[in-house]
Amino acid sequence: MIKQYKTFRGGLHPPDCKAGSAHKAIEDCPLPEELSIHLSQHIGVPAEVCVAVGERVLKGQAIGRARGMVSVPVHASTSGEVVAVEPRPHPSGKTLEAVVIRPDGIDERHGALSGADYRSLSPEQLRERIRGAGIVGLGGATFPTHVKLSPPPEKSIDTLIINGAECEPYLTGDHRLMVEAAAGIVLGINIFRRALGARRVCVGIENNKPDAVLAMRQACRETGIEVVALATKYPQGAEKQLIYAMTGREVPSGGLPMDVGALVQNVGTAEAAAAALSSGRPLIERVLTVTGPGVAEAKNLRVRIGTPLSHLIACCGGLKGVPAKIIVGGPMMGTAQLGLDVPAVCGTSGVLVLREEDLAVRPEGPCIRCGRCLQVCPARLAPTTIAAYARLDRMSEARAFNAMDCIECGSCAYICPSAIPLVQSIRHAKASISAKRKKH
Amino acid sequence: MDQKLYISSSPHLRAKQDTEQIMRAVIYALLPACAVAVYLFGLPALRVLALCTLTCVLTEVCCQKLMGRPFTWRDGSAALTGILLALNLPPSSPWWLVLIGAVIAIVIGKQVFGGLGHNPFNPALVARVVLLISFPVQMTTWSAPTPWGSGLDVVTTATPLGEMQSAVMLTGELPAALQQNTLNYVLGNMGGCLGEVSALALLLGAAFLFWKRIITWHIPLSFIGSVVLLSGIFWLIDPSRYPSPLFHLLTGGLILGVFFMATDMVTSPVTPWGMALFGVGCGLLTVLIRLFGGYPEGVSFAILLMNAATPLIDRYTRPRVFGHGAAKAQA
Repeated sequence: MIKQYKTFRGGLHPPDCKAGSAHKAIEDCPLPEELSIHLSQHIGVPAEVCVAVGERVLKGQAIGRARGMVSVPVHASTSGEVVAVEPRPHPSGKTLEAVVIRPDGIDERHGALSGADYRSLSPEQLRERIRGAGIVGLGGATFPTHVKLSPPPEKSIDTLIINGAECEPYLTGDHRLMVEAAAGIVLGINIFRRALGARRVCVGIENNKPDAVLAMRQACRETGIEVVALATKYPQGAEKQLIYAMTGREVPSGGLPMDVGALVQNVGTAEAAAAALSSGRPLIERVLTVTGPGVAEAKNLRVRIGTPLSHLIACCGGLKGVPAKIIVGGPMMGTAQLGLDVPAVCGTSGVLVLREEDLAVRPEGPCIRCGRCLQVCPARLAPTTIAAYARLDRMSEARAFNAMDCIECGSCAYICPSAIPLVQSIRHAKASISAKRKKH
Repeated sequence: MDQKLYISSSPHLRAKQDTEQIMRAVIYALLPACAVAVYLFGLPALRVLALCTLTCVLTEVCCQKLMGRPFTWRDGSAALTGILLALNLPPSSPWWLVLIGAVIAIVIGKQVFGGLGHNPFNPALVARVVLLISFPVQMTTWSAPTPWGSGLDVVTTATPLGEMQSAVMLTGELPAALQQNTLNYVLGNMGGCLGEVSALALLLGAAFLFWKRIITWHIPLSFIGSVVLLSGIFWLIDPSRYPSPLFHLLTGGLILGVFFMATDMVTSPVTPWGMALFGVGCGLLTVLIRLFGGYPEGVSFAILLMNAATPLIDRYTRPRVFGHGAAKAQA
């Protein structure tokens, strides 16, 4: 009998393209000549700069103060001199305020940093430490972790889900982290578990990473943490789809995971939280994958936040051929870049370089009603209908067809044989519907 | 860096199969049936196929020239319509009949609605039905199959379904011989349209379409299932008057219709349940028209009628959106 792996309805199987880096151990990326550390490292309010040009900063020292509840401080990722505080290109495509540091090569650690045994701390103290360390979700959405760990009292969370699915093609950072740093991840999971008081804890990993499943199972022995092998399918790592696969619960439309008693944290976030608690190291580095046919050698790198993409690519032997598209993140949901002077931020899970011949640009054709977008949509929407209304600027109809439930995974646009930019039109519809809501 | 970079929103990858490949795959899937048609009916069949396909493509080009729209004949949809229409014509069709049919298919069946993807009815079937009503004599003059090299002159004959209907009308009973020709029906050794005669060749093409994931089981299974069920009920009631389900499956345009016309993406529902409902409608209408209608063959009419119901079916079979209502919570 074929073993049935847990999954959700819909989704698809893009070529996974992970072979180039899946078996490469994580390397430490050397320091670049200049780091530009953005004050917007997460989706909350940007941090407020608290260092001046000319000042010497130490590794782990706060250079930006948190502003408000949904915000965390930003730290220097090495020691050196602050040479500028100015707008710099951000992977989002905007130009945003950044602190530019010229490393002195000493990598001197800030003296105030110290670890603690998480078991001696109360949930409140754990959240405060996590916030102080600037921990945000490293899966890509960069939501401040302490906020997620502070559900309102009326919403009890019984299930903590750790996301090790890594369903984006090309990306292997989480995979390598699970193989190489399973113990650290388990420590992080225990910290989250204590902060939340969750009864059930489970780790979901796509079954195309058997070595990661094995490593995590070994590390989780006698901890009560379940490790679940999931079907390999995009977007298995999408929050609502992952919760459904692991618990059979559907997050209601417009709701949050806590509405079904669940909370999802990425494996990288768990590892970062573990480092913050055990050694006091704030979030100043992350693991990411530099990959794609346009890079000489694909690698998994441990990278200081603020390292420019050009430096990352140079560490991988440089470009191969002529780059035509540079993407931060994965190919399904990542952001195309204007150039290589953009730095890595907390949400940067990968850098993907594609050449002209990898793009397969083709003109848009008419919808032939093949229904594939409906088959693959994990939210079970009718993408072609919503997109058609969006393009006619009939947003109330787009809303009636549940445009707001789109998770923007891009499966519809990927599968469309007529190359219709379906998810792009739905995103546009969602943006105008929310804008209209705000006005009223 | 001096190179120009592409900027677009995600996703940055695309599935390989495009519209042109889908159309081409359906054309490939029809080739076995075309080959059998040429083998059984000889050069006239080849002439009908070539003339029909060519006329369809040329008509599409002319329409788009006149309307000032970009040429799209390369997407293969016009050629596909041509082949499908040819397979729905008698081997003895005169050239003018083929010409009229091809022009009707492209102009009235497709371009007046805005071209590929916008037509509510299957263009080849629109043409076939118009021809059947306008030129009943030419459309029901059937050649007996004369396999290549058998040296026989073309002889006219009846189709098994036609024979059945006239026999039942005249005598109230089925001719005994009619139901014993199963092997001939499977291979195609009977009178009929170019493409409807060989179940084997059509099934081979259908298997290819399943393999390429161009069609799903929803429409074929529900279509065939409902034909078997309804014709089976009648057959059990009175086997001397109503033919067996097997006879229904193997004769007439059923197999061609089920796998190649009813599954036409443009004119069939997009939701899985909608497809199943569509198939059931096609099957029931086919049997009712065959047994009680004025025409021996009901597949074309059944599919066209269900094409008209497609928007309605799509509207009422939309899947429940993730996170809306009826969500079951289980630990």
